Amino acid sequence: MSFLQIVEGPLFIFAAAVFVLGALWRLIGIIRIGRKKDISPPKASAAAGFIRGNLRHFIPRGIFAKRTMVHIVGGYGFHLGLFALIFFGAYHIDFLNERILGVSWPAMPRWAFLMVSGVAFSGLIMLWVRRISDPVMRLISSKDDHIGSWLTFLVMLSGCFALEQAHDSLRATHMLLVDIWLVYFPFSRLMHGFTFVLSRGNSGATYGRKGIDL
Amino acid sequence: MSTITEIAVEKFLEHTDSEAASFFEACVNCGQCAEACHFHLATGDPRQTPIYKLRPMQRAYQRDKAPFSSLKKMLGLAPNPVTEAELKEWEPLVYDSCNMCGRCTLACPMGIDIAGTISKMREGYAAAGLVPEGLKSAAEYVKKTSSPMGVTIKALKAQISHQEKATGIKIEVDKKGADYMCTFSSMEIMGYPEVLGAYAKLFKRAGLSWTISSVAYEATNVGVQIGSAPMAKEILERVVDAAEALEVKYVISPECGHAYGAIRWAGPNLMGRQFKFEVVHIIEVLDKLRREGKIPAGKKDSRRMTLHDPCQIIRRGGLLREPRKLLDESCEDFVEMKSAGIANFCCGGGGGVSANPRANELKTKAFSLKVEQLNGVENLEAVVVPCGNCRAVFEDGLDEYEMDLEVLGLSELIADTLEEDDQKQG
Repeated sequence: MSFLQIVEGPLFIFAAAVFVLGALWRLIGIIRIGRKKDISPPKASAAAGFIRGNLRHFIPRGIFAKRTMVHIVGGYGFHLGLFALIFFGAYHIDFLNERILGVSWPAMPRWAFLMVSGVAFSGLIMLWVRRISDPVMRLISSKDDHIGSWLTFLVMLSGCFALEQAHDSLRATHMLLVDIWLVYFPFSRLMHGFTFVLSRGNSGATYGRKGIDL
Repeated sequence: MSTITEIAVEKFLEHTDSEAASFFEACVNCGQCAEACHFHLATGDPRQTPIYKLRPMQRAYQRDKAPFSSLKKMLGLAPNPVTEAELKEWEPLVYDSCNMCGRCTLACPMGIDIAGTISKMREGYAAAGLVPEGLKSAAEYVKKTSSPMGVTIKALKAQISHQEKATGIKIEVDKKGADYMCTFSSMEIMGYPEVLGAYAKLFKRAGLSWTISSVAYEATNVGVQIGSAPMAKEILERVVDAAEALEVKYVISPECGHAYGAIRWAGPNLMGRQFKFEVVHIIEVLDKLRREGKIPAGKKDSRRMTLHDPCQIIRRGGLLREPRKLLDESCEDFVEMKSAGIANFCCGGGGGVSANPRANELKTKAFSLKVEQLNGVENLEAVVVPCGNCRAVFEDGLDEYEMDLEVLGLSELIADTLEEDDQKQG
């Protein structure tokens, strides 16, 4: 078995299992802590607030836009870019189709893939530069934040090198980094990719039952 | 015997429910909350970043309660335990530097309710006895008189008597079977007693049956500000018992921010049961009476006015439109300040900060943002501040920044611009 076969085969299955089970464990662990039932008479629906809270926080507020522009541009650029690369890159669709899902869907054209990569890279770099240069972010950032950023950056960078499919070693490097990223994910702040639903939803529910339209 | 740290950490963990846990788990340390916090904006100090103020509680959770915490401890990857020195270092950040105004939640991409979590964190601080002296003194006054400013029933009755003379309207105390029981903040009773006269005038016109309790006139709850649920419950119990003994249908929460949240939203949860009466805010009552045509607007006030949005009434209370509708009908030239509404700046005195003299300098600095907002409205003559505490902060702040601006309560303005009986007949 070649190194590529290992990182795309058993190691990938192991990493994916850690990712899925770890993420589920953490999400269930948070929910299982539980909270006291709020018995104050509600003005409106908490459930509707949960959904509204989730949707509302996708849209940055204009009032803070000027002061948080780096986050808005970098954050949206990186997250939307990464989403598009993972789910609409031709090689990723092939991989997901053959190894996991058994279904395929149209891929982005190559020029779009390259453009989106540029946007995602720029966004990630902007956010990281901000993390090391802004006094607030320097104070509050932890090792985990830096490891998560660098790991994601390396996964994306190795993916670009592997794009031409010129050498198996480049593809293997990319897959190895993907495996590491998947294992790291559930134990790190990368989990915000899932926990944001709970956080926004909980605030939204609290505000929602008070009849507050955020 | 438990140490200060053990007591605080135990309470932190007890109050880290799945909601607080989801906040700690979702934060990506982006620091956008700092861009919404008036204390950070006014000082430029990174330590004033809202999420940073929660650090000891967040660390306690990550070390001892979070999923995988045991595994991380085993591997030596868990964060260090919280120390007494850290707790003490953070105490001013928890009490002086957070008004629990909730503006940071609006800027947070994860929607983290930092204000609500600070309130839970204060439970740990209060249990460990790490509370600023000013708030401790307020709590002592409450034990003796039910008022954080030491306002006795004798003092209230004297104010009632003055207002009865000024308005010619009898104000009933302890009237059993009245529909509404009004509560007030001490600041209103002693600093702005005209509000009693305003209620008398408005409720007489609306034909409302109302009363004031001689044992439960105080609406504020220092227990909520300190973060002590047992104390908050004890204070609240006085109002609930009095209202139920008087068999009123409604308790009116006054123009005071935290008092509304304390009785309307935290109240039933603190007491462990629903009340036999409904809690309504005075702004809700006035708006309802106005819509029903029971307190029609008369000649409008001609001054150019703006409205301050008390955080616990507007952003965290949901009464955004009501005061604006009332003002529009009572004021000829009502203009909004920049950032008005849900994202308005706090006055800087909420969350117990104004009862904490140690925080005065910081509070005044934060008020500079309010000054900027007010200066942004050309030819402004008055500002309506529907919260007794904010109003006192405004008066101090305007004096400090040498601004000549009248500060008004909403109820008084509505009463002053009420349609006269002869207008109605004419």
